[in-house]
Amino acid sequence: MSTPEQWPLWEVFVRSKNGLSHKHSGSLHAPDAEMALKNARDVYTRRSEGTSIWVVPSSAIVASAPDEKEVLFTPSDDKVYRHPTFYEIPDEVGHM
Amino acid sequence: MKWDICDPSVQYLLHLGDDALILGHRLSEWCGHGPVLEEDIALSNIALDLVGLARQYYQLAAERVGGGCTEDDLAYWRSDREFRNHVLVEQPNGDFADTMARQLFFDAFHYLQLEALQNSGDAQVAAIARKALKETTYHAEHSADWVVRLGDGTEESRRRMAAALERFLPFTAELFTPAEVDRVAFERGWGPDVASLKGPWDHLVLEVLQKATLERPEVPHKLLRGKSGIHSESLGFLLAEMQSLPRAYPDATW
Amino acid sequence: MAPTVDLEARFLDYVAAENKVEPKDWMPDAYRKTLVRQISQHAHSEIVGMLPEANWITRAPSLRAKLILLAKVQDEGGHGLYLYSAAETLGTSRDQMVDDLLTGKAKYSSIFNYPTLTWADMGAVGWLVDGAAIQNQVMLCRTSYGPYSRAMVRICKEESFHQRQGYEIMMHLARGTQEQKAMAQDALNRWWWPSLMMFGPSDDKSPNSAQSMAWRIKRKSNDDLRQEFIDKTVPQAEFIGLTIPDPDLKWNEERGHYDFGAIDWTEFFAVVAGNGPCNTERLEARRKAHADGAWVREAATAYAAKHSARRAAPSPAASKAHAA
Repeated sequence: MSTPEQWPLWEVFVRSKNGLSHKHSGSLHAPDAEMALKNARDVYTRRSEGTSIWVVPSSAIVASAPDEKEVLFTPSDDKVYRHPTFYEIPDEVGHM
Repeated sequence: MKWDICDPSVQYLLHLGDDALILGHRLSEWCGHGPVLEEDIALSNIALDLVGLARQYYQLAAERVGGGCTEDDLAYWRSDREFRNHVLVEQPNGDFADTMARQLFFDAFHYLQLEALQNSGDAQVAAIARKALKETTYHAEHSADWVVRLGDGTEESRRRMAAALERFLPFTAELFTPAEVDRVAFERGWGPDVASLKGPWDHLVLEVLQKATLERPEVPHKLLRGKSGIHSESLGFLLAEMQSLPRAYPDATW
Repeated sequence: MAPTVDLEARFLDYVAAENKVEPKDWMPDAYRKTLVRQISQHAHSEIVGMLPEANWITRAPSLRAKLILLAKVQDEGGHGLYLYSAAETLGTSRDQMVDDLLTGKAKYSSIFNYPTLTWADMGAVGWLVDGAAIQNQVMLCRTSYGPYSRAMVRICKEESFHQRQGYEIMMHLARGTQEQKAMAQDALNRWWWPSLMMFGPSDDKSPNSAQSMAWRIKRKSNDDLRQEFIDKTVPQAEFIGLTIPDPDLKWNEERGHYDFGAIDWTEFFAVVAGNGPCNTERLEARRKAHADGAWVREAATAYAAKHSARRAAPSPAASKAHAA
């Protein structure tokens, strides 16, 4: 969301040299596409890293949503024994 | 000034360098205080380009002065009467619209000046101009972008932008009024006849103003002679600040 | 749905195994909150940190020094921007973060509430303050939150010249005239202790430290980072003939580290509480820039709204060609 004072967010992709693909560099705020491109040049290529810049409104990016259990935690799913709560220790034993 | 800087080619280089240094210095005053972080960074970039350009002109001038004169001698040890910049560039920043108006007027002039200087009979000046033209094209786009957005933005920004144009337009006549330094440079084939840049400049500026839906204000021209060393009162303060350290510690090197 | 406590414990395992957390991954609320607080604080420090150095841009004693200082302060603006962006991936807008700074709700590094009084302070700030910051930032390159870690990698790459330029200024001064040498020593005297405070209170007095370490946000303790910094910096001071203002500073053969005197934490907490020499001026300057810029930001938004129709997306084929 943007208010009149807060400009929308843009994602910046820079091709650092010909032969490589554009790579996500970061993001910035700009009022419109033209200014986003120019700001991207100033912010992300201050050391002349770029030969080509893309800017995309962050709101236009459609991202896959990782399932909260299955993606992030898959490695431990099949190793539940590595997890402290796998073991039932009576409360009386205290912190372990 | 202990160095002899009367040589006409040195004078011309100082004129070119002083515009870049003084305007770069003014823009650097914005650093940390810009209207939005992205713009702070953009203004600093332009200031960096300009101070960098000034160094190239001064280095060349210092070489021609000889005897161990350095770029810093030229920047820090001349008095305001020895500076050869246009009065426009030394004007205080004002608000963001003021800074953009001053920038638009100078950038358009600077672009045309550098375009002509690419063919300078002074090969070293031509080399500097070729490199700087690319940067200046970007500066001109930047100031045009902002003048258009402020002119065609909100009521407040439009009012401020119009006021800024009115404030700075009177300073622009000096850009196209040849002073001694321009006349000599033109005669010797180093630089353009500045009067001839007026037409193309009008065209560039008018194009931006039209996009900004702004009128070109009808204002009288100021009688200015910065290029001959007669400046506005603000340059003295700018230099007092800029030159303070080397002058307080004359034996020191930094 | 697994109970939250289970998820949180699994999360700990996940980061303990050196896995990175990305914006859309599940994370404990407290982890998210801690990150937003820490990253935005870090961003604010970059932005407020521009001010004490910008104070000398117009008075830099050579054109070379002017360019370097301007580029450095500009970098700090860029770093603030990278960090705000990283924090925004956690769902807090930059507007909100800036608002928190301007209303005094959010903190920034208290080192920037000290004044820069002489040119030597540009040396001391680069050498000591950036030096201390880099110590912390190098560690944060391996922090568990992906966007933060990536911002840090970029920042560290760019920062490498900052400390060197500061040390170079000190070196020139220390080898210059008597007055210059005195200027350098005076700057070291004023900046040394505040720089040590930058690492934060001792670990036993820093309740959030252990949790941050468990989450792999932080990788080293405040005390360890501080010790590393001192061990590195003392020989650098000796090399240029300056004296660290600590009578208790002594190499401890057994520990393999320098022992150093007690830090005056009452000063630290007074500055954090807002009573440092420049707290008021720094916040005032940020508030003024923000308020003065409001009409500019609004104007650009209004212009974009008027012209958005013209910038409507071109046909798919055309846009594909354009993008390539």
